Amino acid sequence: MVSMNRLKKPLTFAFAAVAVFATVASAADRKEARSQVEFGIKVAAQGLWKEAIYRWERAVELDPTYAAAFNNLAVAYETAGWFDKAKKAYERALELDPKNLYIKQNFDLFKEINDRANRQSSR
Amino acid sequence: MRIANRLASAALVLAASACTTMFEVPVETPIKPKLDVTAFSRVLVAGFVAGGTEDVDANLETVRLLRSQLKNKSNLKVIDADVLPLREVAAKNQPARQADPASPAPATDLPAVIKEDRDLQAFEPLFANAAYWKKIGEEFQSPLIVTGTIMFAPQATTGYVQREQEVYDTFGRRQVVPVRTFMERKGFILKPKFIFIDGRTGAVLYTETFREEVLYSVEQSNPALSTYFELMDRLVPSFLSALSSQSIRGTRTLLK
Repeated sequence: MVSMNRLKKPLTFAFAAVAVFATVASAADRKEARSQVEFGIKVAAQGLWKEAIYRWERAVELDPTYAAAFNNLAVAYETAGWFDKAKKAYERALELDPKNLYIKQNFDLFKEINDRANRQSSR
Repeated sequence: MRIANRLASAALVLAASACTTMFEVPVETPIKPKLDVTAFSRVLVAGFVAGGTEDVDANLETVRLLRSQLKNKSNLKVIDADVLPLREVAAKNQPARQADPASPAPATDLPAVIKEDRDLQAFEPLFANAAYWKKIGEEFQSPLIVTGTIMFAPQATTGYVQREQEVYDTFGRRQVVPVRTFMERKGFILKPKFIFIDGRTGAVLYTETFREEVLYSVEQSNPALSTYFELMDRLVPSFLSALSSQSIRGTRTLLK
């Protein structure tokens, strides 16, 4: 019993340390995701959409709750003509941030084009 | 004091730009062509069976317009060849068809003048004649062949039309109110049917039909040819989207 009690303290300490470390790691991921998103915006502004896709895919891997990254990724997929992927990314962005008007507006514009493309292929 | 104000406004601008989390970017969204034309490097706009009015040679004008559009907006090499007189070709092919007792379809007489849609139906067997189109394809090194029918006909209607009218009240204030008036109107209707044929086999790959119309008041005088181009202008992008990918320009918002 004594030995168990002796063990309890270091174990609790270890769990706390792991928990703190995990939080720190996810904060680091979020920071890294943000820098990937910022870099993606820079390269997208220069028309380098493939590089932007790589950056934003990395960002959503690092932080799967990052609505802006999903929005940007959806825009990039759209410019690549990957409409299915773009739709999923927009939907995920809106799930994460349903009140964001910019995402809504982007999605509405995308839907217009997607509908048109679907009409063409179904003719 | 002035310097302090300027500094404060500069600080505000800086703070605002630092907080900017959205960026509007121009985008070009590509739309895939309806038809896979990767097997073709050349296109032959062969000719059309046209009718409806004598004022415009819709066969010749359509061939010229589509060839010039394809030259500018597609990757296919456009073959400049004489326009096929398809009505004559259909007439030539008809006696042979009538003489063939094995032919399952009863031969229909080709109309001397094409005035309505049903007149064009008599020419349908020509487009299904794979042997004929294969022969044309061999002549031009197996291109993608574009052909079909064009109905460009005048139309006139009478009825109530809603339009806006200016009125002034007792105080001289201007108002615009909708007014329904009985009007006689005239115009044209354009109904092209584009048929895309594989020049290697003579088989029909894809068919697309369009319908556009325009009506003017009877006092307005619009030449038939300019109306024809006005209507074709509306549907040429759809025609081109069958063969080449198009991109739609717009803007999207990127977020931080």
